[in-house]
Amino acid sequence: MVTQQCLQFVHYSSSSTCVVVLASSWSHEIHTPLHCFSLYLQLYHSFTQLRLSNWNCLHLVMRVTWAKKIFNQFSAQCLIHKGNFTTSATFGPSNPKFPIISNNFTDELKFTNATSYGSIPIYRILGSATEDEAMANIELEEAKYIKMYKDMVTITVMDKILYESQRQGRISFYMTNSGEETVQIGTAAALSLNDVVYAQYREAGVLLWRGFKLKQFMNQCYGNCEDIGKGKQMPVHYGSKELNFVTISSPLTTQLPQAVGAAYALKLAHSDRCVAVYFGEGAASEGDAHAAFNFAATLDCPVIFICRNNGYAISTPAREQYKGDGIAAKGPAYGINTIRVDGNDIFAVHNATRAAKEWTLANGKPVLIEAMSYRIGHHSTSDDSSAYRSVSEIAEWEKLQPIARFRQCLEKYGLWSEEQEKEFVSSIKKQILSDFAAAEKNVKPNWKEVFTDVYYNMPDHIKKQSEAMAKHVDQYKEHYPVELYKQQ
Amino acid sequence: MATSKFCSRLRNVTRLSITNSGSIFPAVAPSTIRHAGIGRTHFTYAPESPPTNSGDTQEMNMFKAINNGLALSMEADESAVFFGEDVAFGGVFRCSMGLQERFGKDRVFNTPLCEQGIVGFGIGIANMGSTAIAEIQFADYIFPAFDQLVNEAAKMRYRSGGDYDCGKLTVRAPCGAVGHGGLYHSQSPEAYFAHTPGLKVVVPRGPIKAKGLLMSCVAEPDPCIIFEPKILYRAAVEEVPIGRYVTEIGKAEIVRKGTDVTLVGWGTQVHVLIEVANLVEEKLGVSCEVIDLVTILPWDVDAVSQSVKKTGRLIIAHEAPLTCGFGSEIAATIQESCFLSLEAPIQRVTGWDTPFPHIFEPFYLPDKWRCFDAVKNIVNY
Ligand SMILES: Cc1ncc(C[n+]2csc(CCOP(=O)(O)OP(=O)(O)O)c2C)c(N)n1
Ligand SMILES: [Mg+2]
Repeated sequence: MVTQQCLQFVHYSSSSTCVVVLASSWSHEIHTPLHCFSLYLQLYHSFTQLRLSNWNCLHLVMRVTWAKKIFNQFSAQCLIHKGNFTTSATFGPSNPKFPIISNNFTDELKFTNATSYGSIPIYRILGSATEDEAMANIELEEAKYIKMYKDMVTITVMDKILYESQRQGRISFYMTNSGEETVQIGTAAALSLNDVVYAQYREAGVLLWRGFKLKQFMNQCYGNCEDIGKGKQMPVHYGSKELNFVTISSPLTTQLPQAVGAAYALKLAHSDRCVAVYFGEGAASEGDAHAAFNFAATLDCPVIFICRNNGYAISTPAREQYKGDGIAAKGPAYGINTIRVDGNDIFAVHNATRAAKEWTLANGKPVLIEAMSYRIGHHSTSDDSSAYRSVSEIAEWEKLQPIARFRQCLEKYGLWSEEQEKEFVSSIKKQILSDFAAAEKNVKPNWKEVFTDVYYNMPDHIKKQSEAMAKHVDQYKEHYPVELYKQQ
Repeated sequence: MATSKFCSRLRNVTRLSITNSGSIFPAVAPSTIRHAGIGRTHFTYAPESPPTNSGDTQEMNMFKAINNGLALSMEADESAVFFGEDVAFGGVFRCSMGLQERFGKDRVFNTPLCEQGIVGFGIGIANMGSTAIAEIQFADYIFPAFDQLVNEAAKMRYRSGGDYDCGKLTVRAPCGAVGHGGLYHSQSPEAYFAHTPGLKVVVPRGPIKAKGLLMSCVAEPDPCIIFEPKILYRAAVEEVPIGRYVTEIGKAEIVRKGTDVTLVGWGTQVHVLIEVANLVEEKLGVSCEVIDLVTILPWDVDAVSQSVKKTGRLIIAHEAPLTCGFGSEIAATIQESCFLSLEAPIQRVTGWDTPFPHIFEPFYLPDKWRCFDAVKNIVNY
């Protein structure tokens, strides 16, 4: 039957075509390479009969693929080349080569879904067989682990103070990090300062790790004249070029494709730097997330996607945010190396990020980390989470106490003690409060900063508006809170 | 600052579970604060009276009026669904409180966090003849849906020769200044959409208008966007009719009669202008006519023209930036329709041509003193 088709085809095409490509699946006719060889001979015979032998430089190549185990199919290709002409045609039941995918065929009609694969496991160290091994190295990197612990504690203390200060109306807004300190510090400690960070808004620990001063946090929250951002953004929208931490923007997920572009530029510049980009599991639903994953994979960008899956996007629980095997499952679908980690396990988070960084730089390709955690605090000071989750649910997650567990590990190896704890907590509280007081006392930037940084140079129309407002404020001084702002 | 007192309070904070819903948006923080922005409102709310013959009324703030309007719309139309980010538990501005319990999870539901998805999904529902009411959490976050609104919702009827449409789509989005919203919780993007033939765009100035416009937009056979000034959700309280009524789309309202200057605004700005009108009457003896435009697209050219033909002077005020703000369109149209009646150049008092700044909000807004000054200038021209 196949031979018949071939003959007909060769007959039909001989006058006009120089090349025949035959690709087929003949599971019923050809069972062994031998059969295939005999087909080859028959075909060759037909070609010769059709006076194809008169052609110059005639090559007949047959490639047989024996897909024994899975589909019991053959695919054969006859290629005839003449001169530098090439045309091709396919006939018979075929095994086309679709790009990228592995081209496995099946006659089983079956849908594939999240349950067709095992769920991506959650990498953890604490409580696992390798815990002791991991701990054994802890002393080698004592300074790092102590700083990690201190930074985690610092974030919790700072959160309490700033949250409460918003409650008292001292600052306009705040967002806490509670429950996610481990993810922040564990990942941050695996990056170098010259790596670039794009964050969402719940990553204060990352910035602290990189060296942002407590007073810089406070200055930003107050938007005073020492705030790097000149009071233009709401609290917690930190940024620092010096620390390679790109200024936070409220619109969700916009940072993802940007991070990918940054990674591309770093790679093109032959730097040994990568980009880490943070986002929530809610933000992962935005179109920009798709764009970023796909760009990173297709354009081979050294970027580490760090998804903080804390179970909620404001009031929306993760189960209403996505189906399937979470955010991690998207990684392999995009062709991205992926790992899911226990976000309450500092060692797991840290190890995973270290490995991710090594891999992304060695291969110039993206990595996705999904860190499983829980948002212990309210979404922000605008939110009262008791409206959509139970107190007992929160209590259940609070039991995990990742920071306390970390402290236990450090104490076990003699790297930390009760005394150190007491001393550190009281000194950090003192420092935060004094920085806070200083930030509160500080005036706002000069109000004319309204008009700066829109462009590199101020265009005339903005200059005119600035001048008009200056004149107006001068004339109506008593109606504007000028005394809170820095004088020229 | 009383650091010691502050410290002692902090010591009492054991866990971050202090509950106080929505303290930044839209309610305002304690009034003792010396910091610009926080706790400061730049206007005095002027409630309107219920429309005549609209039946029984009840005191409602704006989020309650909207909630009431949503409930009535869903009651009247079984195909109606309401969806968006965080709407199931009542919405971050509480507009959908109790609706899921009442109408079920099939009709009131959270979507994944994706604005382009929300609007595209709504267009599809409307394509099938069902009623879609979509909430975008903040107008500042409507831009991922810009393509769906501008290229799809707006052009569907035109490109199919009237065969298909998505007139049953209504999109609601909180907009405007709130005292401390900064760049991304304060914008008024009405002009972007006013530049899009095929859309209808409205802005309520309080509870009565918010409910009436919602009911009208849901019934309107064209896709509508309602920009709701978020600062009014709690702060604005009126006697709102509890039954069904509509606020006509495309019709402006003269909220204060006057003879010397016409002041045009929409949303929160209307209240600033009413205050300004009282102020200039008292201080300068000038009589202002205040017009709430209500609908941005298609706007009521006749109402504004008639007023300006009478007063000879026009000031338009809006929170959005000056350049290509909707005031530009009004000014261009009115100079054409009222050229011979104008006593002075039309003035615009607006947000500056900068992003919306956090800590400088008092210096950014077209507040009453800037509007007052504009009136002074226009009468002295
Ligand atoms: C484009 C956009 N849409 C909506 C919002 C409003 N918003 C702010 S945070 C948030 C939830 C984000 O959840 P997730 O990404 O899980 O981060 P988490 O808060 O849990 O850290 C929403 C809806 C926004 N900032 N930007
Ligand atoms: Mg989340």
